[in-house]
Amino acid sequence: MSGDILGKFAGALASGAVRVVDLTHTLSPDFPVIVMPPELGQSAPFRMERISRYDGGGPAWYWNNLSFGEHTGTHFDAPIHWYTGRDLPLNSVDTLPPADMIAPACVIDCSAAAAEDADFLLTVADVVKWEEQHARIPARSWVFLRTDWSKKSGAAYANLQADGAHTPGPDAEVMRWLVAERGIIGFGTETIGTDAGQAGHFSPPYPAHHYLHGAGRYGLQCLTNLDQLPPTGAMVVAAPLKIQNGSGSPLRVLALVQERSTR
Amino acid sequence: MTGPFLKPKRKNPLARTTQPLLPPQARSRKAHGLTLAASVGRFMLQCCGECGRYTYPSREACPNCLSSDLTFKNAPTGGSLLSETRIEVTSDPYFREHMPWRTGLVQLDCGPIAIVHLHGGCGGPGSRLKLSLQLDRAGQAVFFAKPVSETPHMEDDPQWREMTADPKHRRVLITDGRSPLALPLARALGKAGASKIFIGVTDRWKPFGQQASLEAIEGVEIVDLDPTSEHSVQELAMDIGVKVEILINTADHVRPAHLFDVGAAKIAREAIDHTVVGLMRLAQAFGPVMRSRGADGAAGAVAWVNVLSVHGLSNAPQFGVHSAAHAACLSLSQWLRTELRPGGIRVINAFTGPLDTEWFQTVPPPKVAPKAVADAVLDGLKRGLEDIYVGDVAKDIEARLYDNPKAVEREAGQ
Ligand SMILES: [Zn+2]
Repeated sequence: MSGDILGKFAGALASGAVRVVDLTHTLSPDFPVIVMPPELGQSAPFRMERISRYDGGGPAWYWNNLSFGEHTGTHFDAPIHWYTGRDLPLNSVDTLPPADMIAPACVIDCSAAAAEDADFLLTVADVVKWEEQHARIPARSWVFLRTDWSKKSGAAYANLQADGAHTPGPDAEVMRWLVAERGIIGFGTETIGTDAGQAGHFSPPYPAHHYLHGAGRYGLQCLTNLDQLPPTGAMVVAAPLKIQNGSGSPLRVLALVQERSTR
Repeated sequence: MTGPFLKPKRKNPLARTTQPLLPPQARSRKAHGLTLAASVGRFMLQCCGECGRYTYPSREACPNCLSSDLTFKNAPTGGSLLSETRIEVTSDPYFREHMPWRTGLVQLDCGPIAIVHLHGGCGGPGSRLKLSLQLDRAGQAVFFAKPVSETPHMEDDPQWREMTADPKHRRVLITDGRSPLALPLARALGKAGASKIFIGVTDRWKPFGQQASLEAIEGVEIVDLDPTSEHSVQELAMDIGVKVEILINTADHVRPAHLFDVGAAKIAREAIDHTVVGLMRLAQAFGPVMRSRGADGAAGAVAWVNVLSVHGLSNAPQFGVHSAAHAACLSLSQWLRTELRPGGIRVINAFTGPLDTEWFQTVPPPKVAPKAVADAVLDGLKRGLEDIYVGDVAKDIEARLYDNPKAVEREAGQ
């Protein structure tokens, strides 16, 4: 490799030849979280209580106490999150290899199909078609399912009906295939989970969780701004909080995108 | 005669808000037997166990036979007016704000003579009266006399309104619109003439099945409110805090857990966050402004209602976490009562047995229908009660606790 890669990178950042795209939603109390049947344990929503704001509690400083579940807002799923990954080495966020926190991403645009059908499912055929147009998905890269779901908010975003959530996601076979045949490092979505809203009824249930974490791979969900990424070539920085034995964490996800004109 | 209580005009923004004042407060410890009776809407006087005579004012010994066997007992509520005084001028700061004020000397059917507050519909000396014990704005028991039979706009008498928390032309906040209590409460409040019914709802992104039914009620406005979020509670108080004259806290969180279950502490923490800490957040945000508006016109701030589990009074192991959380709510509610009293704001606790809802599905009857709770709360507001027991289970526990709290504790575990 030619010398001073990082020096050139710094120059590209400074010149704007490499753009930084924030793929993260703001952590706020009203952002929807995953809902389980009420007799099961629930993820705590994001909450913020003030310690002081230049007042009697602390005359010159402003700070807050936070509480939230590991799987709140834009967040990362580690292999230990699912039973299939429970016995793997390095399966929690604190043991996650740092090199895995930076990886390229393939973005599959299914926004038109998801707009038509809230229960849209990504299939192997969709991915094969995408590969014909772009390139074979490289091993150890992220696959992001772009649905533009992040442009929705509130009830439309959660889309909870009497029979559960209706949001797009991958079908079971494509998840098995992406992990086994393409060796992806992880799968990312704009919806509340890496799996489709109705994925509890799939076989196996929650196939994205099942196959990704069973193979030591990762999940990213509640992503936004995927429409600002090229189909290939973006570099993603996703470093979850280093929580001891943690199953995931909210995080800031950044994508580095080389501007078209400079490519 | 009483004229109808018309919707008060909007207030002059240039005039200072009238500050709350309270009627005279000193009472002897014995006299709190009357406070207890008034708080639950009973008419009770000291009665001698030896000679059977009722006595008033409260004493240590029977004035007839000197027996010390004096206990508070239910007494007949009839009486005859001996004389009437219409106070036009007084040096008492509270009553000065409410001139003229009618009082009377009444011969109670059960024997004693008492000074009473007189409803505007009562006739002159010699007329028959129906007595009750009421908690005044200071939370102290006073005698109140109404005509024996219904008169036009009886509930609108200004003296009676000072003794009660009638929702008519008042604005109400129901804190949890997802509670099964919200709909019957909103309907009852609408019927009772509440001018506005704000209904707080958590997580608007989750389906909210009752929304259409609630919005069909005149005066209902759905607002964002999550008592588990300090931010949410404070934001709502900034918007509507000065418009809430009655706050009804329906927030609850029932989740079964055995004391020794793994994760029981987490369930307890969640329950406490939704109930006790939630009540505290509401109190911090809405309490000060309500207290300051206790005399803000004829329909100023007047009451804070907490719907509590009767098992907060004595733990029901089947719902141990819920009982413990509600015991803490009761304690907090007593504290809130003390803090709101200077504003003349009445804190009402409605104790209920298991409700006929999903979380008490496996509990055998009798269970309390949500509408029964709503009706009891409305009755409590209109009669100016402080403690309400709704349904057979709650009434039974109240009576047994009065008799022998230890027996209630032992029997609950069997
Ligand atoms: Zn006697």
